[in-house]
Amino acid sequence: MNTPPLMPEAGEEETFADSRGKAAARLLPPTRFAGPIPWVIAILIALVVIAAAGGLALRNLATSAQADLSSAVTVQVIEANPDLRAIRGEAAVRVLTAIDGVQAVRLVPEAELAALLEPWLGAGAANGDVPIPALIDVEFTRSAGPDEIARIEAALAQTVPGARVDAQSDWLRPVFGALAALQWLALGLITLVALATAAAVWLAARNAFAGARDTVEIIHLLGATDRQISAVFLRTVLREAAFGALVGTALGAAAVWLLGQQFAALDSGMVGGGGLRLIDWLVIAAVPLAGVLIALLTARITIALALKAML
Amino acid sequence: MNDRPAEIVKFDNVGLRYGTDPEVLSNLSFTLYPGSFYFLTGASGAGKTSLLKLLYLAQRPSRGAIRMFGQDLITMPRERLPDLRRRLGVVFQNFRLVPHLTAFDNVALPLRLAGADEKRVVKAVSDMLDWVGLSHRAHAIPAAMSGGEQQRVAIARAVIARPKMLIADEPTGNVDPDMALKLLRLFEALNHRVGTTVVVATHDVHLLKKVPDSLIMRLNKGQLSDPTGALRYPPRPAMTTGGGA
Repeated sequence: MNTPPLMPEAGEEETFADSRGKAAARLLPPTRFAGPIPWVIAILIALVVIAAAGGLALRNLATSAQADLSSAVTVQVIEANPDLRAIRGEAAVRVLTAIDGVQAVRLVPEAELAALLEPWLGAGAANGDVPIPALIDVEFTRSAGPDEIARIEAALAQTVPGARVDAQSDWLRPVFGALAALQWLALGLITLVALATAAAVWLAARNAFAGARDTVEIIHLLGATDRQISAVFLRTVLREAAFGALVGTALGAAAVWLLGQQFAALDSGMVGGGGLRLIDWLVIAAVPLAGVLIALLTARITIALALKAML
Repeated sequence: MNDRPAEIVKFDNVGLRYGTDPEVLSNLSFTLYPGSFYFLTGASGAGKTSLLKLLYLAQRPSRGAIRMFGQDLITMPRERLPDLRRRLGVVFQNFRLVPHLTAFDNVALPLRLAGADEKRVVKAVSDMLDWVGLSHRAHAIPAAMSGGEQQRVAIARAVIARPKMLIADEPTGNVDPDMALKLLRLFEALNHRVGTTVVVATHDVHLLKKVPDSLIMRLNKGQLSDPTGALRYPPRPAMTTGGGA
């Protein structure tokens, strides 16, 4: 029999050993994750997008509210006699206007106060049966800390006895605490969903590897490197995770947009500060990328461990 | 040839056991030399396939030392094993063709794994399929091929990358006598004209007589005997025997 028509012999030390093999993609069957896995990834990514958007909106809301309130204080003039209360209110406005750093002073009209209290006190709030303190909103050009409050109290002490000064941010301190807790909750949710994504990919990669095990063993024995085999699996993971991430991001973004529309319709000053800015949308856009990276990393580790079990 | 190792494979007191079972191979010490043709014989269950698994690097021994191409396999990190595997051609007992690939793609596997240029791959694989008489079956998948055709594809895959050592496990077990002889002649051609070291495991004693220059290793219950002196001395034309069993 004639000599078989072999490939020309490689150099003595060459034997193709260092080549990575560009045609590696054709070596394994077209492995697929278990059917629902891309959709599971899509759902998980959608949850992360919603949680991330919620957390960012809450942060913006808290930051905006704190910025608005940190430079504002409220002065209460507590006096049962309405005439005397009106005189002292006017006097307090004059004193406050003269204080260095005060940007605006507004004596809240009694009608406005009555309207605010009407849901709780009924018509009695307007007819003067219930003594209501005069309220003065004071806005500083800078953050109003304890020093400013002490300064106002000292300035009012002689002219307006019984005046009480409160930083507006103090009233909302529990709200800020709740907002911070919600932000931590969002972060925890994101972490849990990231772990769930990794677990789903781990299971899928293991199943895909088990399904192709015979072929992997043959190729392994013919000289395939771990890198070549991993590359084929990772290509599949990349394709399916990218699909899931894109669908999930679209679903999550749509949900966030709809929620945004609903909250915008509330026309509430505080809620209005909870919108998403460009930087927030960029962070949200990074969610699918992070999801794909987690999927690739998890699959890479899973396949590497499975290959290591072979000689 | 000066930088070639004096031996291709050297086993030193090698034993192999699976899990906690008794050893299936015990105290194997032998040397395989470049350019030689070896038959590995023995009854079913004697340990032929286990020994071949050690040779084609599917298994590490439980004890002892193995050197292959001058390198210590026991201490070699697994990342370097593909380099050695690419110097081997293996015909597996049940062919082990990749089921989703055509005959052409199966034969092309070793070349593509090695990153060979695709034009050269197409030429070499086409020529090889022509040589084993399977050009007309190039696009058939294994499930659509007969046992003999699969056998020839497996052999073509084993030899196409010009291996330094060809290892074949019962390569003639599924083909008719004429085809068996033809395949043996192919191995001889590789051995004589290309210098490939050939190790053929078979339980067919008649086959041993067909290759005059072959050396015989006989396995019996995991132990080797050496009827042709193959395990004790480097082969020389004057001492080689055919059908020494």
